[in-house]
Amino acid sequence: MAIEVCDVNKSFGTTPVLRDVSVDISSGSLTALLGPSGGGKSTLLRIIAGLEVPDSGTVVISGVDATRLSPQRRNVGFVFQHYAAFKHLTVYRNVAFGLEVRKRPKAEVRRRVHELLELVHLEQMADRYPAQLSGGQRQRMALARALAVEPEVLLLDEPFGALDAQVRKELRTWLRRLHDEVHVTTVFVTHDQEEAMDVADEIVVLANGAVEQVGSPDEIYDNPANPFVMSFLGPVTNLAGHLVRPHDIDVSATERSGGTAAAVTRIVRLGFEVRIEMRIDEQDVWAQLTRGTADSLGIEPGDTVYLRPSPHAKRLASPGSGRPVQEPAG
Amino acid sequence: MGTGLGVGTAVLYLSLIVLIPLAAVVWRAGGQGIGYVWQAIRTPDSWAALELTLVASVIVALVNVVMGTVIAWVLVRDRFPGKAIVDMLIDLPFALPTIVAGLVLLALYGANSPLHVNLAYSEAGVVVALLFVTLPFVVRTVQPVLLELDRDMEQAAYSLGAGQWVTFRRIILPNLAPAMLSGAGLAFTRSIAEFGSTVLISGNIPFKTQVAAVNVAGRIESDNLTGAAAVSTALLLVAFVVLIMLDLVQRWAGRRD
Repeated sequence: MAIEVCDVNKSFGTTPVLRDVSVDISSGSLTALLGPSGGGKSTLLRIIAGLEVPDSGTVVISGVDATRLSPQRRNVGFVFQHYAAFKHLTVYRNVAFGLEVRKRPKAEVRRRVHELLELVHLEQMADRYPAQLSGGQRQRMALARALAVEPEVLLLDEPFGALDAQVRKELRTWLRRLHDEVHVTTVFVTHDQEEAMDVADEIVVLANGAVEQVGSPDEIYDNPANPFVMSFLGPVTNLAGHLVRPHDIDVSATERSGGTAAAVTRIVRLGFEVRIEMRIDEQDVWAQLTRGTADSLGIEPGDTVYLRPSPHAKRLASPGSGRPVQEPAG
Repeated sequence: MGTGLGVGTAVLYLSLIVLIPLAAVVWRAGGQGIGYVWQAIRTPDSWAALELTLVASVIVALVNVVMGTVIAWVLVRDRFPGKAIVDMLIDLPFALPTIVAGLVLLALYGANSPLHVNLAYSEAGVVVALLFVTLPFVVRTVQPVLLELDRDMEQAAYSLGAGQWVTFRRIILPNLAPAMLSGAGLAFTRSIAEFGSTVLISGNIPFKTQVAAVNVAGRIESDNLTGAAAVSTALLLVAFVVLIMLDLVQRWAGRRD
């Protein structure tokens, strides 16, 4: 294990932020800490980095108890949401900082910095100042800076959170590829389930300061441990007292056994995807179909259709009595 | 219309309040030739006063750039009871009539000093008075920059292996330096012009504790208006050069944006 977090508790004032959190992160993996804002994921990351001290519990990095080690001595690379670029230093000097602090020979620093700038595609920008870079370039510089000291683990706190959607998508593909090249154990924090599933090998779902579930993206999506995880990882709808993924609902225009009758209220066509919004006894339900399936049904608002979960659908008893479950934001 | 009117108003006001009076002083001094101005400045008492003023002002700027930065740091980074009151007190030297400041200093550091520190009629008295009056400049220029300073930068430095001192020297200080310099410059230029706070404690002994502003006043009282204008021009020139240097430094620091 590269990182072992054991029974960590942390409160800010009287507000508990982490409660008995234990997480193991295996060497060389790319792990996402996923959860809603305020769930404690950034605090956990900062505790691993030594930027926060836990009230109780231990953090072991590469077999060494790091709980009381200062951030300087953990050999951890940290990337901040807002880049934390050294504004008064050029890109070159930013990346060189950790090596200069370690008093490495000049020639070695030069070689290593150029290597890293090449890795993050900023070799042309070495003499620029951070203010002259775009957000995406700044974040790549911050990544090169963190990697320069060859950290045991690389920690990224909402690394793409400050970037616009287009750049964010590019950078996450790029991070995935970078990880495949560099193989450093990487943990990143995100509140975006799509980002977590796109990039990570392993996802740790954190909410209200506790670990809800740990697993691969597929495991978590297909076998959510509870209604919260299920609704956080993707869209859900309520069918006959159960939470079901809208794409796991079979819609039929003709009555059949086990089918629940529903009145179609609206049909939304989003290109390839078609959403059918319906009502069953005052309760909203929706199904997600491909365009071909929807067209072959030939239904219109006002029609009655019959719904049942598809054979392999994951269903969880919905919390409360038929309370609608909100879709996750973002 | 707005821009034209705005620029016009600004130029007119600036001319009336700043440029024309300054030009008049220089004109008055130069009326009898550059040689006369130089001679008037080199008069032993004026020269001594200018020397004292400049040396004292440099010392004051150096001391206050350090102490002002320390105070700004404490006010921004530390929590302690009564912080709001201390923060308010910093502006007192600005708010107080300088002659009152002089009186306070004389009572505290004069011949009957309750602290048994007698600085009356000494150069040290002049320096203390100037320190008091110019402290707010550095505190108030550094404080907002320190407030805005990205704390993540420091944490990034820590995680890259830099200790507290290295982080301060290589990350924090370079980001504060332009504000510190500008505060020091303001403290310096204010010091070379200071009159009220020094006049009581210094005793205005020519060749010893008489500062340039008092020397100018003395010349005016003895009806030597041209001489007064000449010394004033010297002060003006020094202040002007310092302001230009400050501007150059700010531009140099601003090149990163």
